[in-house]
Amino acid sequence: MRYAVQRLIQAVPVFVVTTFLIYTMVFALPGDPILALAGDKPVPEQVLDVLRERYHLNDPLLVQYGYYMLGVFRGDLGETFTGQPVSELLQDRWAVTAQLAVTAWIFELVVGIGLGVLAGLRRGGAADTAVLAGTTFVIAVPVFVVGYTAQILFGLNLGLFPTAGTDEGWPVSYLLPGMVLGSFGLAYVARLTRTSLVENLRADYVRTATAKGLGRRRIVGLHALRNSLIPVVTYLGIDFGNLMAGAVVTEGIFNLPGIGQQVFQSIQLQEGPVVVGVVTLLVMIFIVANLVVDLLYGVLDPRIRRA
Amino acid sequence: MTLSRRRTAALAVAAVILGGVSGCGGSGGGQDKQGDGGGQGPSTFSVALTEPDHLTPGNTSSSYSIKVLDTVFDTPVYIDADGKPQMRAAESVTSTDQKVWTIKIKPGQKFSNGEPVTAESFADAWNATAYGPNGWTNNYYFENIEGYDALNPESGTPSTDKMSGLNVVDPNTLKVALTGPFSQFPITLAYIAFAPMPKAAFKDLKAYDQAPIGNGPFMLDGAWQHNQKIAVKKSPEYAGDRKAQSDGVEFKIYASRDTAYTDLRADKVDLLTTIPPASSSEAKKLFGDRFVAMAGGTMDYLGFPMFDKRFANADLHKAISMAIDRQAIVDAVYNGAFKPMASLVAPLVPGYREDACGETCTYDPAKAKQLFDQAGGFSGTLNLYFSNADPSYEQWMTAVANQLKQNLGIQDIKFRKIPASDYLTTLREHKEDGPYRQNWVMDYPSPQNYLEFMWGNNNKMGWENKEFNDLIKQANEAPSVEASLPLYQKAEDLALAEMPLIPLWNWQDQSGHSTRIDNVQITPYSDNLDTITVKQK
Repeated sequence: MRYAVQRLIQAVPVFVVTTFLIYTMVFALPGDPILALAGDKPVPEQVLDVLRERYHLNDPLLVQYGYYMLGVFRGDLGETFTGQPVSELLQDRWAVTAQLAVTAWIFELVVGIGLGVLAGLRRGGAADTAVLAGTTFVIAVPVFVVGYTAQILFGLNLGLFPTAGTDEGWPVSYLLPGMVLGSFGLAYVARLTRTSLVENLRADYVRTATAKGLGRRRIVGLHALRNSLIPVVTYLGIDFGNLMAGAVVTEGIFNLPGIGQQVFQSIQLQEGPVVVGVVTLLVMIFIVANLVVDLLYGVLDPRIRRA
Repeated sequence: MTLSRRRTAALAVAAVILGGVSGCGGSGGGQDKQGDGGGQGPSTFSVALTEPDHLTPGNTSSSYSIKVLDTVFDTPVYIDADGKPQMRAAESVTSTDQKVWTIKIKPGQKFSNGEPVTAESFADAWNATAYGPNGWTNNYYFENIEGYDALNPESGTPSTDKMSGLNVVDPNTLKVALTGPFSQFPITLAYIAFAPMPKAAFKDLKAYDQAPIGNGPFMLDGAWQHNQKIAVKKSPEYAGDRKAQSDGVEFKIYASRDTAYTDLRADKVDLLTTIPPASSSEAKKLFGDRFVAMAGGTMDYLGFPMFDKRFANADLHKAISMAIDRQAIVDAVYNGAFKPMASLVAPLVPGYREDACGETCTYDPAKAKQLFDQAGGFSGTLNLYFSNADPSYEQWMTAVANQLKQNLGIQDIKFRKIPASDYLTTLREHKEDGPYRQNWVMDYPSPQNYLEFMWGNNNKMGWENKEFNDLIKQANEAPSVEASLPLYQKAEDLALAEMPLIPLWNWQDQSGHSTRIDNVQITPYSDNLDTITVKQK
């Protein structure tokens, strides 16, 4: 418990440094975001000045950052150039991305570990070969190819899933994009599980267990698999953060108004407060995910459990 | 909402996979679903849209915002299918000297909140847009009204928030005094910036931007759900000429037009007005009569930085123009959907001449090379500028580069692909040192909207021509639109003679719709969503 609190306190400096770094990066982007808003149309200088003033764009970096942090402590995360509060926007968008990431993650976990165990138990068999070939293929093909192909094939031609959007809610709208997003991680999970399981099945303690006359199901399920899952859990933990952050392409293809889409748009528009808000929350999720992984080690392997 | 058997099967599979999870946000699940197929449901249809920036008429020039606002507002004037201005919220727009205009407002019109539409509703909206400290996008469109300067002082806050040139004579009469005669004024009144706003708007402009109240056939139905949808429904107060033929429209917001197109094919959205050019032949096959392509008002140009001495020679511009095979590029990059142009204005603009440019916009490599040598050739690196906003820009610039290499022998060509947010800054600050992509989206069908905005004072090319500016001024002051056209054409000839900006092609707007809707009457000026009817099964 104390360990968990300690870890969370460590997150505070990480938070401050991240926000500042991100703010600096957005600030350093070339171009004038206000001018870009108007497009090709003429905008009088006076109007540009008013808008630059409104978003503190004339101030030096530190002052801008100061305004931002002041707002954050008052619970105001700033607003977009179109006048939408960032907090409201994050609320709407996180829900979408979280649903997508959870769908992808569960897919990865259940199917990934399942395939890994299947391949690991029958090493060299047909199932093993199929899993290895299949995962190699999935890792090699870029996610947008998988995404568009799946959309056209399963969504449009076969009509098994909705083609795009969130109209039908969770889980229906999120199934296909979740599988696309999770396919990459799934391949890794399957391979990690397989390799790890194969190794553990050859370990001394498994031999001992077999010699003792334990049933195969108990050996695999309780002893070998539990040990084999340690690297897998590490990967799944970190990958949950990756899924949240890496949804840009998938969200674009399936028109899910999530966080990935927002970051992409906001970087193009140079909306500092939005980018900082989103990325900081992502960092927080990584921190928490890592913490959960560390705590889970203890459950899986009592030797690493801390006092 | 019934699930197909196949989808039920997919769901069952999913339920097994996702068996353990529950209660994860679930916010998407409770969204209202349209009861189609029952015969009793409301007759609404959906239109694909990209997220708008603002919904206050004075504060947006985005074509996506205008799609929505066109259903919610009646502007004083509208442009009919033939490109002619016709009265809408106004009864008449008249002037004896083209300088002081009298706008008669149709009596008995109401905003969707029940407030009457009066001359003051227009004056209020226009003043708010022209008021500098509001920082609204369309501020510039009021520049030629008397008293605009007082609302936009060089520094400090303005002493007044009303333009002296706007005079509410009585509830149905608005007098507008311009700084000079301007024959195109009635046409500009079709632009969304000239829509009226109710008193209720000014209590909370921020809230109004999220849920505008207008005088059009539709009104907002619930809040603008950012990046998801904007719904409008038939306004019960509307007494104008374009009564809605459906109960409402749902604008579904897409981040990618390719996805929107996939949804149109899957029958998930009823109307898409921006079918990607690359899909045009496929869409033609798939949708047949339900696919409509028409020339729009958008043009692409190649501009020269004339402030750079190397690009000052008009013969060089002409040589480059004649070395570009526009048709070949359009065929390769835009599937032949866009049309090569030999005019500075789009074909739908009054006063358009198909061959205004003549020989210099015709592909002729031999003549191009001859002109090129005559101009003294070109030494050094030729940098080509374009933004990364769309991949097709790089495609056609690459083709242009190849043709310049082949036909003019310019070997050292480099691409300058600039982030979209930085592109306009680069052009505005004259930081480019080579030909660049320039694009124009028409606001209203008048040659003035192209010529003055792009070739007029302070243009991006750094081109200065007093005769041109004088001609534009004379045309603006002409006694009628008919009388103004020859003068604009003369100005166009001057701009074509020196070619600071060469015309490339005219965009084609491509739309497709589902079998659920009928009476789709899209024109280049408006989607006319009010005419669309929904077939009841």
